[in-house]
Amino acid sequence: MSDGYPEYMRKSIEKVEATREKRASIDFERMKPEESQETLDNFHPDYRKEGKHELKVGPSKGELAPIELAELLESPSIIDPSEIDLSQVDYDVEILIVGGGGAGTVAALWAIKEGIDPKDILIATKLRHGDSNSMMAQGGIQAADKEVDSPVTHYLDAIGGGHYTNQPDLLKALTRDAPEIIKWHEKLGIMYDRDENGEFVELPGGGTSRYRLHSAGDYTGMELMRVLMDESRNKGVPVLEFAPAVELLTDEKGNVGGALLMNLETNEYYVVRAKSTIMATGGFGRLHVQSYPTSNHYGATADGLIMGYRVGIPLRDMDSVQYHPTGAAFPDQVIGLLVTEKVRSLGGQPVNADGELFVNPLEPRDVEAAAIIRECYGKEKGITTPTGMRGVWLDSPLIDFKEGEGTVAKRLPAMVRQYERFNIDMTKDPILVFPTLHYQNGGLVINADSSTPVDGLFAAGEVSGGVHGKNRLMGNSLLDFNVFGRRAGITAAKHARRSQKPSKLTLDHLSKYNKELKDAGIERKNPSPMLLPEYRGKRVLERHLDVQVTL
Amino acid sequence: MAEEEDKKMIEIYVMGRRYKVPEGLTIMTALEYAGYKYVRSCGCRGGFCGACSTVFRKEGDYKLMMDLACQTAAEDGMFLVQLPFVPAVRAEFEIDELNIEENDNVMLEHYPEIARCVSCNTCTKSCPQDIKVMDYVQASLRGDIDRAAKLSFDCIQCGLCSIRCPADIKHYHLAQLARRIKGRYIDPKSSELEKMVQELKEGKYDEELEKLCDMSEEELKKVYDERKFQKEG
Ligand SMILES: Cc1cc2nc3c(=O)[nH]c(=O)nc-3n(C[C@H](O)[C@H](O)[C@H](O)COP(=O)(O)OP(=O)(O)OC[C@H]3O[C@@H](n4cnc5c(N)ncnc54)[C@H](O)[C@@H]3O)c2cc1C
Ligand code: FES
Repeated sequence: MSDGYPEYMRKSIEKVEATREKRASIDFERMKPEESQETLDNFHPDYRKEGKHELKVGPSKGELAPIELAELLESPSIIDPSEIDLSQVDYDVEILIVGGGGAGTVAALWAIKEGIDPKDILIATKLRHGDSNSMMAQGGIQAADKEVDSPVTHYLDAIGGGHYTNQPDLLKALTRDAPEIIKWHEKLGIMYDRDENGEFVELPGGGTSRYRLHSAGDYTGMELMRVLMDESRNKGVPVLEFAPAVELLTDEKGNVGGALLMNLETNEYYVVRAKSTIMATGGFGRLHVQSYPTSNHYGATADGLIMGYRVGIPLRDMDSVQYHPTGAAFPDQVIGLLVTEKVRSLGGQPVNADGELFVNPLEPRDVEAAAIIRECYGKEKGITTPTGMRGVWLDSPLIDFKEGEGTVAKRLPAMVRQYERFNIDMTKDPILVFPTLHYQNGGLVINADSSTPVDGLFAAGEVSGGVHGKNRLMGNSLLDFNVFGRRAGITAAKHARRSQKPSKLTLDHLSKYNKELKDAGIERKNPSPMLLPEYRGKRVLERHLDVQVTL
Repeated sequence: MAEEEDKKMIEIYVMGRRYKVPEGLTIMTALEYAGYKYVRSCGCRGGFCGACSTVFRKEGDYKLMMDLACQTAAEDGMFLVQLPFVPAVRAEFEIDELNIEENDNVMLEHYPEIARCVSCNTCTKSCPQDIKVMDYVQASLRGDIDRAAKLSFDCIQCGLCSIRCPADIKHYHLAQLARRIKGRYIDPKSSELEKMVQELKEGKYDEELEKLCDMSEEELKKVYDERKFQKEG
């Protein structure tokens, strides 16, 4: 028996147990379009106007973005161009890949297939190679490969889920390339869950009309990422770790010709000259939009959006942010960590303090999240934790009840382990959940070949926008980083082959951007990119001396 | 992140220095509260990347324990140190050229040191994921790659096993090789996938996809709302 719950929470758990058998057979009706719109309008954090800011400068001037992002976009750079000598090139490469997560690593592998010598590639990344959102994905990856399914149905599910805002050519690429990507993964030796005949065991996800989600236990992202990294090591791709890009570099014409990196340990800068540069820096969960906790890795701080915006790439769909319906809400140590949607795919139900099922477990993410917030703050039927966080139960034992004892342990080992560490046995007791900031739906504008509007720059993965429109479905972003990472690698390789090395590197775009800020009368004090979020204690920061200690 | 000043405070020792931090934090967030800004030793913050290996001892105990800083509660009287990185060598290979049918010694060939395993089980005891590390090393030694792959599946490659190994085995790299061989050569392949890939090559869905791309929002809405949901997988 788990003993991680205080007495009063146990009382509510008893109510969940009391209704379990009856709930097991309920197929809760999906919300009608009017009701889901109303729930979104009243309860989804994205629909709160106060959380948004209209951008005053740059290529997407006039559009809305979360305040937390807008503050970074409308700030000066962390570097001062006048202090930097760009005539000394430290790394001279064909392709620079900024970000060693999923998209970046896939891009490297496909650039090699396209004929680029691995030694002429450089992956520059902020933390270690693979420390990324990709590593954390649990649920799975979508690809239509069954008889009852097709890329056409996949397309339809995604565009409806995205409220018809997805960029059609990108979505077509996503759904059409999907089976080929899985085929490539088979060749790399990724261990997907299969039945005895080798067919994939596939599950439905929120908003999907077919069973289409391929998984590798509940460590799907980790399995993908560790194999991709392993392959990249076999191929000898050079990787600079703890060396984030801090700004892109441009040539006289304003085309991108590399980036300026910073060694996070010595604070020295490195100049990288590249014929093609791929932005693959991932998402922005660590901006904690609207003070939400996040499921994202430590380095998800929107750097790529900032750097790309400053060289002139517009952003799209930045006004929509994905909150995953089920982040952990208890115990305190795990607040915000993801509770994979797979818990619901497998049959788990969200249940309120009185043990009532209040929403179909597999509504599209934004609707599901809004319904949970409504239950806690509209209907006051949530459970409040000892530290004041509210949440609803996710009835995980129901899975074993329906599918047979041992299913949870077998299908969700990562989740079970996470809770076990804090004395909660989710195979026996429900877990408490509340939405968590999960995914950056929008991002840098790209074309179907992963090129951007500025020559020399390519982008792929979470940093880009358009694929998912204003709402991504589960399992489509692991697919996204593969499909567009591959396209970016191929397109960047082709571009490098037909281009000359940039003759001169500049930071002129920064001076231009700074002037725009000045003309607009904006004086912000959040130099960006952020690189790492600030979590140090208040007391320490108040007494922090800004002194360089000489060794 | 926790700043509630009225919380009960505990004392931890970071590389020997004492700090007071509130109860209810992980080792990782406790260090941050104390004033450390991580550059190394912090990746996913969720138990998936293995960046935050921590060695610690509890007050009054003589044992050195190991775990993940992001997944372990900070306790009163903990002595802590972080291990950001394990410089273990890894064998390179060409996945297309591993001929496991004619060579049942692939594991040993790439990692000959597994033959030196003294079965002390220290690797298993130091694994924060509770993986039966020694068992998969033994399975590899016997050429049972399938078992080695399955047993090691939950490995987050933190390297704690290899740090403590008296035989200098590189367990987590060995396991990665086993899993890739299983995924590539041992698991039967999907014929449904094969069929779909073929159909796509022949352009089977192109026209329909093109049609969807050109549809107006109204038209799309209509088809979307009429979708039929598959009931069983
Ligand atoms: C907990 C969790 C669960 C998820 N589950 C699923 C799922 O089940 N299915 C699904 O499809 N999707 C899932 N997602 C989403 C999916 O994992 C991500 O959207 C996707 O992996 C992003 O890939 P990426 O390559 O674009 O970014 P990442 O993999 O995050 O890689 C970006 C890399 O760039 C680095 N970086 C950042 N800034 C800089 C800089 N300035 N310079 C250099 N490097 C930098 C980062 O540190 C990181 O290594 C999940 C996400 C999370 C967080
Ligand atoms: S930071 Fe990734 S496992 Fe702890």
